[in-house]
Amino acid sequence: MWGFILRRLVWMVPTLIVISIISFIIIQLPPGDYLSSYIARLEALGTTVDQATIDALRLRYGLDDPIWVQYFKWLGNIIFNGNFGYSFEWRLPVSQLIVERLPTTFLVATCSLLFAWSVALPIGIFSAVKQYSWGDYVFTVLGFLGLGIPNFMLALTFLYVSNRYFGLSIGGLFSPNYINAPWSLDKFIDLLSHLWIPVVIVGTAGTAGLIRITRANVLDELRKPYVETARAKGLHPMLLILKYPVRIALNPFVSSMGFILPGMISGEVIVSIVLNLPTTGPLLYAALLSQDTYLAGAFVLMLAVLTVIGVLISDILLAWLDPRIRLS
Amino acid sequence: MSVDAKPMPATRELVHATPVESPLTLMWYKFRAHRLAVWSIWVIAALYLTAIFANWIAPFDPETRTGLPFSPPSWPTVMVDGAFVWPPVAFGVSQQLDRKTFKRVYAIDTTQRYPVQLFITGDRHSWFGLFPSDMHVIGVDKGGAFFLMGTDSLGRDVFSRMVYGSRISLSIGLVGVAISLVLGVILGGISGYFGGWVDLAVQRLIEIIQCFPSIPLWMALAAALPHDWTTIQVYFGITVILSLVGWTDLARVVRGRFLSLREEDFVMAARLAGASEARIIRKHLLPSFMSHIIASVTLSIPSMILAETALSFLGIGLTPPALSWGVLLQDAQNVNTLATAPWLLLPGALVIVTVLAFNFLGDGLRDAADPFSRESFK
Repeated sequence: MWGFILRRLVWMVPTLIVISIISFIIIQLPPGDYLSSYIARLEALGTTVDQATIDALRLRYGLDDPIWVQYFKWLGNIIFNGNFGYSFEWRLPVSQLIVERLPTTFLVATCSLLFAWSVALPIGIFSAVKQYSWGDYVFTVLGFLGLGIPNFMLALTFLYVSNRYFGLSIGGLFSPNYINAPWSLDKFIDLLSHLWIPVVIVGTAGTAGLIRITRANVLDELRKPYVETARAKGLHPMLLILKYPVRIALNPFVSSMGFILPGMISGEVIVSIVLNLPTTGPLLYAALLSQDTYLAGAFVLMLAVLTVIGVLISDILLAWLDPRIRLS
Repeated sequence: MSVDAKPMPATRELVHATPVESPLTLMWYKFRAHRLAVWSIWVIAALYLTAIFANWIAPFDPETRTGLPFSPPSWPTVMVDGAFVWPPVAFGVSQQLDRKTFKRVYAIDTTQRYPVQLFITGDRHSWFGLFPSDMHVIGVDKGGAFFLMGTDSLGRDVFSRMVYGSRISLSIGLVGVAISLVLGVILGGISGYFGGWVDLAVQRLIEIIQCFPSIPLWMALAAALPHDWTTIQVYFGITVILSLVGWTDLARVVRGRFLSLREEDFVMAARLAGASEARIIRKHLLPSFMSHIIASVTLSIPSMILAETALSFLGIGLTPPALSWGVLLQDAQNVNTLATAPWLLLPGALVIVTVLAFNFLGDGLRDAADPFSRESFK
């Protein structure tokens, strides 16, 4: 087991390097460099910037170095100092903004994943056991609808319905009076009452795929002779299904986390822009529009890195569940 | 959907000694069994025909301001005062300002009747710059309220805009998938053909790209497109960006097929019979992989359409005056607008229909792709 984890950790290194390169490219992509945007912004605010300051800043950010030196400086600063650069839009270190926003994104994404799992598993089993029943068709259609409706459309519909019929505003993760309040039970309950909306919206998209996977896998297992044997032995039908086919069908369920989690993060980003949640989405969006490059690059980097870690956890979980994987 | 309901080609061959059905016919039999997939073909065909002939189908030019902002959808009716009328009529409409709420209120005047006409003269248009015309397939004379999906904040007909927008929304999926396919076939083919460390490197790259959350990546790349680009340039920029991520699935399919087919007996037989590599690829490998590729391609079109819609919705994909369903949905971003004009969400319904149709079609094609397996024959 430890050998497996170690191997996976070593495999992660090239992945992380490629991710950092892509993020660095994103920082470098917009025309002009960080400093020219920064100076333009300062001048727009009425501050005159003299040439000496500019030169000092150029030296400090190493903008005259060759591109690969800049890359290593940027990466080194992140790894050794936790310094992601400076956001001129917010006038704050990028790391501070990231620490504020990333956890909520992962909170919503993780809850969405749990939601999708807990909805998809029973439905998938039901659809397989009662194949071609009315229930199967209804769930299949609902699942496909979840797949076809863009996340942001669902969010907009939620906004409209709650505004029109309930007179509620559902944006944000907290009610106004709790935003700056210290953590308490009331604040937590308030969070839950807001959290379910993005969780349901982001979760539905992933549910459809999971239902299909579970259904197909349970169906495959149900056809196998050992099920027949167990049935002939007189095992209770419910117990039989839960004890054997479902257990085996769980593996692909866990391994699917690898491609569902990135989708959840993506979904969370766009839904949070629509619902204006205090997560990565709106900040990343604003950073991209105002070319606040270090902030945007850092967000893309950290979202990808944490996704990779999430996928790693799912792999370890799978290896723990299935000895065939850890021993191969 | 039982197996016995239709004659299985294989048994027919035994009983009647008719020639063996070609694989294509077998695929068709199997595809036909997937009812939703067959319906989806019709839906998709209708959508694309609408996109191609948009200028004749749309009752208005997409930029024509009718002077009736936020007019709700108004459909022509066949029942007027309890009497049946044919052709259906649209009514005249007048707008007033509600003195209390300062909202625009539209009053329908049932005395003014405008019969719906086919092949009516209206806004001038031309088909991609060719064939100028002022004929519209359907419409009413000026003054009648004929807004199938309402109007937007500038009084432009949402239905016409949706019809025109389908050109970009529907084609971006095809162009994007075409680019992905080229990338996927080249990289997947190389990966499957050479094997070894090349294979390993390509597979790792695919894994890395697939664990990237795509929306943030697409947002970042799309936001970096130069602002002075023309619509056409942005269009291709966006398709390339979408394809940079989209090729991975196709490459996987190509590689997987390549690897499994290489080991098949018929390939070995062809090789023993002295067929050249080129002939084996052309005559034996390609036909057996084509069906799978077509199925995967169909299944990856919807994600492209969804991605373009999402990016344009956020305002970092295509922007007006370019028209796509995502651009139209931009108008629905604001809750207050949405409260006054919920019909601005209707372009989204079209997105859903399209995405579902492609998914069902792809599902059916995937089942049909392997006509000799009886497993998926349900």
